[in-house]
Amino acid sequence: MAEEEEKGIKLTDEQLKSRRSRSVAIGWALAFLVGLIFLVTYVKLGPGVMNRPL
Amino acid sequence: MSLVERQDMMNEDSVVWTGGMGTASDYLALLKPRVMSLVIFTAFVGLMLAPGTLHPVLAGVAILCIAVGAGASGALNMWYDADIDEVMSRTKKRPIPAGKVTREEAFTFGMTLSIGSVLLLGLMVNWFAGAFLAFTIFFYVVIYTMWLKRSTPQNIVIGGAAGAFPPMVGWASVTGSVSLESFILFLIIFMWTPPHFWALALFKSSDYRAAGVPMLPVVAGETNTRHQILLYSVFLAPIGVAPYFLGFASPVYGVASALLGLAFVALAVDVWRKREGDVARTATVRLFKFSIFYLFMLFALLLGESLVAGVLA
Repeated sequence: MAEEEEKGIKLTDEQLKSRRSRSVAIGWALAFLVGLIFLVTYVKLGPGVMNRPL
Repeated sequence: MSLVERQDMMNEDSVVWTGGMGTASDYLALLKPRVMSLVIFTAFVGLMLAPGTLHPVLAGVAILCIAVGAGASGALNMWYDADIDEVMSRTKKRPIPAGKVTREEAFTFGMTLSIGSVLLLGLMVNWFAGAFLAFTIFFYVVIYTMWLKRSTPQNIVIGGAAGAFPPMVGWASVTGSVSLESFILFLIIFMWTPPHFWALALFKSSDYRAAGVPMLPVVAGETNTRHQILLYSVFLAPIGVAPYFLGFASPVYGVASALLGLAFVALAVDVWRKREGDVARTATVRLFKFSIFYLFMLFALLLGESLVAGVLA
């Protein structure tokens, strides 16, 4: 295992820190989009969106 | 330069990659937040002035999409102009010349946000506004940044249209169309852009010269630039009052915009008269700062009147 970890692109500490910052921002952006799409669906289709026969 | 070319082989098994250095705040800087704030403001005014109603949530979505679209244009502008940004003092701390974000990363980021904002605006608000936003991004990135900026001293006159479209996109978000009123909002920003940027170019002309950007003071000389600033200011002042004459602003706006327009022309005359030394620079900086105040005040007055009218109705 230890030998395998040496292969490929090795990120520096700074790159790892930056990646974490980006990952957190992407996470928040995705969560915001999910909330937004839910809200817009509700606004456009109204509360009866789920109330329909199968 | 591709990712593979950027890799420095440490040994046959491990590789160091020079990308991936940008933090979330570096990516935020790619969106040109200060320009974005002006876009949000003018788009919001266009949206509020438009006849008809839009659900507050959808209005928020429209403003968000326009803001993200503008930010995406900024990122694509920085992707294309990285070589110029590196030379100019005003721009050399931007994420790409500072080595925080690679050009490829900025391009990917800009394209993703461009496509995302257009699709979201089209799907959630209306497709006319979505298409208009796509055209605005295209105009700023391809027509202005890639074509005009480096080839003609009239770059910001035509390119200024990209910065003038947001209130029309805001308007289109409500009505699904354009109209004379929204075109007047466009025209105010369109005519405002040349004197605003040429004032900046006058006291930053060495920067533009070093970068090889054919801004008017570099190509046609400072005297010619001063003539042009005065000319555009004289055209701008009456256009600023046009919302009153066309009946979508009150006499209060009419008087205020006329006084602001007169002050703009007076400062442009001052720039035209003072051509040497510190007094010339002071006059130019004063006009540049006043131009921002002028545009802000016109749109703030229009917004204020629309809010008051909404409360009284």
